[in-house]
Amino acid sequence: MAHAPTPLSKRALIDRSYLEHRAKVLDLASFLDRIDRASGEGADDFRMRAFESCCALLIDGQPNRAQRILELLSDHSTEPIARAGTKGATGAVPPSSGGAR
Amino acid sequence: MYIDPHIHMVSRTTDDYQRMALAGCVAITEPAFWPGYDRSSPEGFQDYFRQLTDFEPKRAAQYGIRHHTWLCINPKEAEDPVFAREVIALIPQFLDCPSVLGIGEIGLNKNSRNEMEILEAHLELAASRDLMVLVHTPHLEDKLKGTRLIMDAIKNQAKLDPSRVLIDHVEEHTVGIVLERGFWAGMTLYPDTKCTPQRAVDIFEMHGTERLWMNSAGDWGQSDPLAVPKAQLEMRARGHDEAAVRKVSFDNPLAFLSQSGRFKVS
Ligand SMILES: [Zn+2]
Repeated sequence: MAHAPTPLSKRALIDRSYLEHRAKVLDLASFLDRIDRASGEGADDFRMRAFESCCALLIDGQPNRAQRILELLSDHSTEPIARAGTKGATGAVPPSSGGAR
Repeated sequence: MYIDPHIHMVSRTTDDYQRMALAGCVAITEPAFWPGYDRSSPEGFQDYFRQLTDFEPKRAAQYGIRHHTWLCINPKEAEDPVFAREVIALIPQFLDCPSVLGIGEIGLNKNSRNEMEILEAHLELAASRDLMVLVHTPHLEDKLKGTRLIMDAIKNQAKLDPSRVLIDHVEEHTVGIVLERGFWAGMTLYPDTKCTPQRAVDIFEMHGTERLWMNSAGDWGQSDPLAVPKAQLEMRARGHDEAAVRKVSFDNPLAFLSQSGRFKVS
């Protein structure tokens, strides 16, 4: 089997999952509102700049949004780094790393 | 019925084994992993490998689940190459254990030079012993770059056949390049940092069901040892037939793992 096409119709998928994703949109909106209301540093956090770019991809009308968002959030450099200073990842490419697209 | 081909049971309770058995789990494979802190000596790994090869199979068997394992030093602990090579030297003494399937989960974490060196050392061991390999790919922003570096390192080992290597934790941006190069690919159903059941089913719909499996990677972090049966439910609710559900959650892991000559489901 080359691929397993989506068996459900557009309408059936919307009926099944609209409310779940309506709630997720409200989560995104209230997350942005919460950051706006908070004080202190962070207004220029690189993760939130990346987040805004992801939101723009959501409504550009083109296919493969999930893949394109993951690519947008990926380090595009090709050489191993000199040392692993930390074990964790941040979820967006730090501007200092030079790997942002 | 299902197989969870990547789960860290040393971090889970016996209740989880019971719940997994009730949900239809018949076999699992447990790759060697990072415990959340760096072990202070290679002897810590000696004990861990005994736990993986001796204690866990017995605990799983109480619930009719076959337990298998993969051995390595995980890339998260591989930044000190001298220490890592001492751990790799311990692995051969465990390779004759009947439940050891191969080397894993090896790979990269931050894509550093030291991690690369230790990845290559593991690949040499696998190639020299004709062992199967289970690969961990990095998290989040490091995944795409790490997946490419890992695939290149494997291709440099001419004796390693990609059809005996599974590259795990693929997502929408890496699944295509992994399958194109002849490897098997694993999707991990893990909160926040990897796939949801919904996205895993999307990936089956977009990329097909050949050389692809799914696992929970349940461990000491927030994770779900029942993630595979939940993805089975999602597949059925999305209109996929039982043959497709069985293929990705049982037939595919069985086909890949049986290449070891050691994998058993009953
Ligand atoms: Zn793992």
